[in-house]
Amino acid sequence: MKRARVAHAGGVYEAVEAGGKVKLIDGRLLGEEDVVWLPPVTPGKIFALGLNYADHAKELSFQAPKEPLVFLKASNTLLGHRGQTRRPADATYMHYECELAVVIGRTAKNVAREAAYDYVGGYTVANDYAIRDYLENYYRPNLRVKSRDGCTPIGPWVVDVADVPDPMNLHLRTTVNGRVTQEGSTKDMIFSVPMLVEYLSGIMTLEPGDLILTGTPEGLADVKPGDEVVTEVEGVGRLVNTIAGDAEFGL
Amino acid sequence: MPPASGFSRYRSQFGHFLTPASSMPPETTNASADLSGASAPQVRLPGTVVAAALNFRGVLARLGDATNHDPYKKPPVAPVLYLKPPNTWIGPGDAIPCPQGIRELRMGGTLGVVIGRTACRVRERDALSHVGGYRIVNDVCIPHESYFRPAIRERCRDGFTPMGPAILDPEILPDPDRAGIRVRVNGEMQCSNTTANLVRGVARLIADISEFMTLQAGDVLLVGEPENAPLACPGDRVVVEIDGLGWIENRVVAKAAS
Repeated sequence: MKRARVAHAGGVYEAVEAGGKVKLIDGRLLGEEDVVWLPPVTPGKIFALGLNYADHAKELSFQAPKEPLVFLKASNTLLGHRGQTRRPADATYMHYECELAVVIGRTAKNVAREAAYDYVGGYTVANDYAIRDYLENYYRPNLRVKSRDGCTPIGPWVVDVADVPDPMNLHLRTTVNGRVTQEGSTKDMIFSVPMLVEYLSGIMTLEPGDLILTGTPEGLADVKPGDEVVTEVEGVGRLVNTIAGDAEFGL
Repeated sequence: MPPASGFSRYRSQFGHFLTPASSMPPETTNASADLSGASAPQVRLPGTVVAAALNFRGVLARLGDATNHDPYKKPPVAPVLYLKPPNTWIGPGDAIPCPQGIRELRMGGTLGVVIGRTACRVRERDALSHVGGYRIVNDVCIPHESYFRPAIRERCRDGFTPMGPAILDPEILPDPDRAGIRVRVNGEMQCSNTTANLVRGVARLIADISEFMTLQAGDVLLVGEPENAPLACPGDRVVVEIDGLGWIENRVVAKAAS
């Protein structure tokens, strides 16, 4: 099952995928472009991983971390499928990050990695944009880089855990205006999904709906206003986003 | 020991709106009837609790020249921020769980600024008009010195953000940049400071944060942990008091093995 939250004709609805279409909970069957896609979950906590792919850590000239590099994002940063993300005019380098996002399914506390999948409800795709100009070495990566309004598209759907039999062997791919710029596989994660659930639930209680953005492989590139950025995780979804300039935001 | 965590617990405890409480113990305040005032803004539960680090001059001064060296390389330009997620939220009187293997916790008594209406890219001079009220907060952490990586392990443990009721009257602090904050451990005054010592005052913080992060009604902004924040061990009673707002008390309790 694939579940979404969408707006259509004046209302906000839960929806599921039905034969390539969007089926609202009230029975209406719609095309992908007939709805406004909202973030499919409203998490209490949004975790993201830095440097969780060996190749990406190398790309940024970092040693692979010995402990997960985890940071938090606030809900202001979430944006649905087919949304618009602002690139500030003073930014010189803004890059996408295609990521497998884990949606927690039930309350998790001190969960061992062997049991971790019992606490996962599903998966979605995230694009964890960063504006590197604003990086500072205080609580790095800082919120100004990573928790900006609308800078974390997620969706389109949450795919039930049962429908993703091997989340640690999924192809990831980003295209910018149709050209492939990033490719990788979740099998190259340094800290796997079960390890992350174990690590985080050992620190704090995880609740249903909490999100874990598991990091991105190599292949980052600068994106400019007007670019269409598509982040795709095999078997999970294809998330479309467009970059907008300051003018569109009244600046 | 009961876990002090989670949104539903928070809802049951704070599922009512509150008005000035400075004259009574916060935990006895249940002022849903006081909301009849037409001026009371409709403030929802916190969506986001965002905190400023290094925002007391004394804390920044203590870091001193280290800000020019590795790993920081230069002094901070933007506010240094971190989030206190819902699992950390507890109320007055609730136990602050001290994780196993940790001997003592740091008690960062601070002012919580409650946003009253949406703030998106607001100017400093308009910022205070977006404040809906204030609440007393104890921003607890496991003692640590580094500001380099996000301190999730140290700051985001269950029950690490005791908060008093949201007092939805901005006039209760006519000047939020001149509020005395005191922390007592077992009755003994261990920290006394004032928001007059903030690097960025409340209006400036709201302006700088809302430049990239829209703040919604109910969101809470913690203005910073003062220098010399006291330590407390399991069994200790901790009171955070703020001029004009009142006080909250919590006890540190050793977390049981799970």
